[in-house]
Amino acid sequence: MYVAVKGGEAAIANAHRLLAEARRGDSSVPELSVAQIREQMALLVDRVMTEGSLYDPDLAALALKQARGDLIEAVFLVRAYRTTLPRFGASEPVETGAMSLRRRISATYKDLPGGQVLGPTFDYTHRLIDFALAAEGEAPVAAESEPLADAAHAPRVTDLLGRDGLIEPSAADDGSPPGDLTREPLDFPADRALRLQALARGDEGFVLALGYSTQRGYGRTHPFVGEIRVGTVAVEFVPEELGFAVPLGEIDLTECQMVNQFHGTAEVPPQFTRGYGLAFGQSERKAMAMALVDRALRAEELGEPVGAPAQDQEFVLAHCDALQATGFVEHLKLPHYVDFQAELELVRRLRAEHAARHAAPKAGTAAEMKEAAE
Amino acid sequence: MPDPNPAARRPEAPDLTARRAVMALCGEAHPEELRRALLQLGAAEDPEDLRPPETGLVMTRGRIGGDGRPFNLGEATVTRAAVRLSGGETGFAYHLGRDRAKARLAATLDALWQVRGRRAAVEVALAPVAARRAEERAAEARRIAATRVNFFTMARGED
Amino acid sequence: MLARGFTDPVHDSQGVFRAVMDALARPGTIQGLATGLEPPSPLTAELAAIALALADADAPLWLDEPLRQHPAVAEFLRFHTGARLTGTPSEAAFALVSDPAACPEFGTFAQGTPAYPDRSTTLVLAVSDLSCGEGWRLDGPGIRGGARLAAAPVPADMVERLGRNHAGFPQGVDLILAAAGRLAALPRSTRVTGG
Repeated sequence: MYVAVKGGEAAIANAHRLLAEARRGDSSVPELSVAQIREQMALLVDRVMTEGSLYDPDLAALALKQARGDLIEAVFLVRAYRTTLPRFGASEPVETGAMSLRRRISATYKDLPGGQVLGPTFDYTHRLIDFALAAEGEAPVAAESEPLADAAHAPRVTDLLGRDGLIEPSAADDGSPPGDLTREPLDFPADRALRLQALARGDEGFVLALGYSTQRGYGRTHPFVGEIRVGTVAVEFVPEELGFAVPLGEIDLTECQMVNQFHGTAEVPPQFTRGYGLAFGQSERKAMAMALVDRALRAEELGEPVGAPAQDQEFVLAHCDALQATGFVEHLKLPHYVDFQAELELVRRLRAEHAARHAAPKAGTAAEMKEAAE
Repeated sequence: MPDPNPAARRPEAPDLTARRAVMALCGEAHPEELRRALLQLGAAEDPEDLRPPETGLVMTRGRIGGDGRPFNLGEATVTRAAVRLSGGETGFAYHLGRDRAKARLAATLDALWQVRGRRAAVEVALAPVAARRAEERAAEARRIAATRVNFFTMARGED
Repeated sequence: MLARGFTDPVHDSQGVFRAVMDALARPGTIQGLATGLEPPSPLTAELAAIALALADADAPLWLDEPLRQHPAVAEFLRFHTGARLTGTPSEAAFALVSDPAACPEFGTFAQGTPAYPDRSTTLVLAVSDLSCGEGWRLDGPGIRGGARLAAAPVPADMVERLGRNHAGFPQGVDLILAAAGRLAALPRSTRVTGG
């Protein structure tokens, strides 16, 4: 139960002024610009966009600046901002198969039509702190080479497997609009579209831990990375007044196709199954973890035993949102004075009763012994 | 009902492809590039706002498995503008981001493109944007190509 | 040529919203509604203002037969609201009725569900006469004592329709009656008996 408190206005205003000063830090150190954050903290910006569920790199960078780099606070700011804007509608589904690739790797095939490109990756770095970065230096220059002729056409690995019927096909688009958990409250059981929406905006750490748990045996899915692709896709939108698809521009996305073992059933011959991950920007860890959890959440659909945390959709979906989680955890620090007073009185009364019982026993015990003796 | 006559409000197909290309180019342009294009077109007229430029959201959708049923990935900020020339041509712009001034410039160019006699001139005025973007894409492709791997060659080890 | 929308979208929408809210909160009262709109006929300025203020991409609109016959009406509403126009009354968040005497049965529109009674259609009827202090007798939430309201034209069996609609509470539709420069409302919570 919540009971309002009043007062504290001056202290709160001053705390906010102090926060502003602390945010700026030592004023003899140059201030960060939003563009610097956008360009040089790009993966953090991508994460704010993904979990904030709003694609706008400048806005995410500004939110990070305002939040002093606190990820969830920045997500909070972005989510609050979006509630002030009207929604024009929904885009046409993006065509990730036609992605302009910056990175594309597969752990299942060495040779792929279109090739494997590493792109800007931390993979194969030595994870040694580079002290040269502590000093300002020349802008690094990437190597260049002529693209091979086949680079423009890079079909999905799942399409290649699909040709031989070795992997389950995706459920066909029946034209019905997908559910939207920002419009209708989440209801269980949630279909796969809603689960993917929840996972896409879910906390990376939570989704990562759940994905990891499936690898350690809590709902095994025997995953292989069929493909990870990072790059840009065109977004199109059909405004009601125009009636044709208008190009809105390009966004950066990361897609992960997880290929999983499946033994088949009486009706379905053995084939691979799929887990899917998609995130804004370059968010590889998130897309991979999402794909693992997506597959784990399909256990019931595929007739597998259900029992591990990552297979329990109510557990996963109700707890994956960082903002909901932080709201409920952090509200504990708000004034609960009246509740606590009530608890205090209860504890005092129980203690008094306990003390009374403890004081009485001598007489009581003596009496009981006497009774027993009689 | 939904649409009394859908065909009536859709431009002819080849026209539509060209118009969408101009719209896409405007979306990729810097605001100064659009200002320069309008200057080059001698478009002194300040069109009427059918709807003042406005920032809102579009829910971006992906497909389950990349190729299946759609799902809602997350929203994107989108800014739109709609203008009308004195001749009655209406121009529209919908762009990712929050640049209202740019959306209005793009809507003006879309309206001018619909004036039959100015269509070619609009496309010429936007050619520098197309050239810049093509060069940027090619440079990016060269940097990406340098990171192409061939694990097969390494695994074979015989040559 | 496409007619203009609100000159000041934010404040004009808020003004309309306020009038509709007050009318729904106090059934039987008449609220002023200045629109400044000149929508394509037969869409009235009041119907247009309510649609522009309340409909959007998430709130589909249903148009009655006379409105449907004028493509300019659909074009105007699509451009200014971004709402999808539906031919299925039970999908509509708002129904615009320019010929109220011929309004389909209220039961054909979305009635909401027991868990979400708000997922129902709000019918906006363009009436020519609207006055209080005479006509139907109204009572229910938001009405102190009783109220009276008269509107025309309306379906011949209006009172029976409203009775059935009220009996289904919490499900049912809400009605907004809009005449030139003013509006009143009959939410499903209001009991209406013949005057």
